[in-house]
Amino acid sequence: MYTYTDFDEAFVRSRVAQFRGQVERRIDGSLTEDEFKPLRLMNGLYLQLHAYMLRVAVPYGTLNTAQMRQLAYIADRWDKGYGHFTTRQNIQYNWPKLQDVPDMLEALADVGMHAIQTSGNTIRNVTADHFAGAAADEIEDPRAIAELLRQWSTDHPEFQFLPRKFKIAVTGAAHDRAVTKAHDIGLRMVRNDAGEPGFEVIVGGGLGRTPMVGKVLRAFLPKADLLPYCEAIVSVYNLLGRRDNKYKARIKITLHENGLERIQELVEERFNTIRAGFTGHDQALLAEIEDAFAPPAFAHKPTDGYEAARLANPAFRSWTDTNLADHKADGYAIVSISIKKHGATPGDATSDQMRVMADLAEQYGHGELRISHEQNVILPHVHKADLAKVYAALREADLATANIGLASDIIACPGMDYCALATARSIPIAQEIATRFDELKIEHEIGQLKIKISGCINACGHHHVGHIGILGLDRAGVENYQITLGGDGTETTTIGERAGPGFSAEEIVPAIERLVTGYLGLRNDPEETFLQTYRRLGLAPFKAILYPAEDKANAA
Amino acid sequence: MPRTFIPKVVTANALLEGDAVWLTEADTWTRDISEAELMTDEAHADLRLLEAQSRIDEIAGAYLADANPGSDGPEPMHFREKFRTRGPSNYAHGKQVELS
Repeated sequence: MYTYTDFDEAFVRSRVAQFRGQVERRIDGSLTEDEFKPLRLMNGLYLQLHAYMLRVAVPYGTLNTAQMRQLAYIADRWDKGYGHFTTRQNIQYNWPKLQDVPDMLEALADVGMHAIQTSGNTIRNVTADHFAGAAADEIEDPRAIAELLRQWSTDHPEFQFLPRKFKIAVTGAAHDRAVTKAHDIGLRMVRNDAGEPGFEVIVGGGLGRTPMVGKVLRAFLPKADLLPYCEAIVSVYNLLGRRDNKYKARIKITLHENGLERIQELVEERFNTIRAGFTGHDQALLAEIEDAFAPPAFAHKPTDGYEAARLANPAFRSWTDTNLADHKADGYAIVSISIKKHGATPGDATSDQMRVMADLAEQYGHGELRISHEQNVILPHVHKADLAKVYAALREADLATANIGLASDIIACPGMDYCALATARSIPIAQEIATRFDELKIEHEIGQLKIKISGCINACGHHHVGHIGILGLDRAGVENYQITLGGDGTETTTIGERAGPGFSAEEIVPAIERLVTGYLGLRNDPEETFLQTYRRLGLAPFKAILYPAEDKANAA
Repeated sequence: MPRTFIPKVVTANALLEGDAVWLTEADTWTRDISEAELMTDEAHADLRLLEAQSRIDEIAGAYLADANPGSDGPEPMHFREKFRTRGPSNYAHGKQVELS
């Protein structure tokens, strides 16, 4: 894993010192809130409904054990003993006090972390496939590229005042787990005819009030051209992107208004101008970073104990069925730790749980942890011989829920329980849906199902790409929930279709239950997923299930 | 007919803690909305907001929120404002435990 150089360390420390001074001047009244706001946002500090919120970057979702333990320490020392993992692979603290934030940032700097550019109209934390470096279907570990992009974009003088925020996601695998088509730039590693690795460059994807699936700007970009090409894209956007209307300022609108061809021309032109300026230093740096991401020394040992434990313990077997993914190394598995216990807040981990996960990573996971955009924690490298021990320890810590990819593995934004932008609550809806499916004991029968909930149109909960998406709105002073269906956030990205009128907070959980149990009657066989059934049949039968009274009225 | 003015309270976030506070008639900030000054006159409310906004080393983001005259003092009208008086629904954190 990458560790800070002296340069990184000095830069982050100087930013902490700078922010400490700004906080002091805000508290003594020499800075107004209007003056302070852009400064605090540059350091990830928001002012929310009940308190400040500090958003800490987990670069490309990767943490080492010392970092995870420090996140736990910060939660105990300055917050309420927990943290919230987000859909952008960040962690948010919901209760910091203004005067404590510089100390929190200092504590983060102690383990090579920061909150820089987790807000504001800048290039945000670069996200990556959470199975990076472990996935069986991967061309190369995308994290070296993500780290290169992080270094390039951090404090990049040209890109500190973009028209709007700018998000980049990277994947090295064929199966897209990083939602690359819903990012300002999505990078998918592919090979050209000669077998060399490079990138398919996707631009202009995004959710929010105008959801759009990204378009391919370049089908194959050689790896060595990545930085100048990304710089060309952001540079073109910086000049062309609209600053007159915040809702039309993202690159997806720039692309939509100017057309793909025009953007392609401008980017290629800009790329040709700046390419020569990249004289190879970036490639030397990339080589160093790639060394830092060399795979761990995988162990070779028998896995017999694993099979025996599976046979002996049905609960363990069930967990291995849902929470493991294929690893590229023989004898290994990727473990997804569900931070979605039925009825709990999606993405919230207590400090004790963070320490348990760090201990397990240290003991059984080559010291690595990942945060997924689906708000779970990953142990990317666990030998199958150790899985039973890992499972037992997770059970002790209340972290052994066997529901990855199932109905209760719900993405939910903080919603109006915390967020100042929200128009309705998300968390209680997620809690109730998960609790209900647990009571019904049918989520294993239902199979793969992605439910995603956002508490406002900004779509932090990715509702547009949920198989079932739920959007919380304020309808005449009452919380109201709209359902979208058929969304997909993988390599076949699709924006879900609105099913019809919204439901009240009391009606939404029964509506979801109706929808899902109704699907069981519509599917061809138990192998056909909700999304496949939806694609085969379209909206109509699902709509009839959701609005039965209306259906009868129409028939009458 | 002129539109009726919905009574207002001045509310903001406390500068250090960031939690919701309301302006009282005595020009102090309270964490209990029932102690807030309920303003039924639009011009007076606008003036009180301006005064509140100038207190930059005490609060951030002052605004006028609709409120009902309750038997024990002002009560929030919109659900967002109700949440601000008590805290999040997923944990016993915030005012729902701090005020009791």
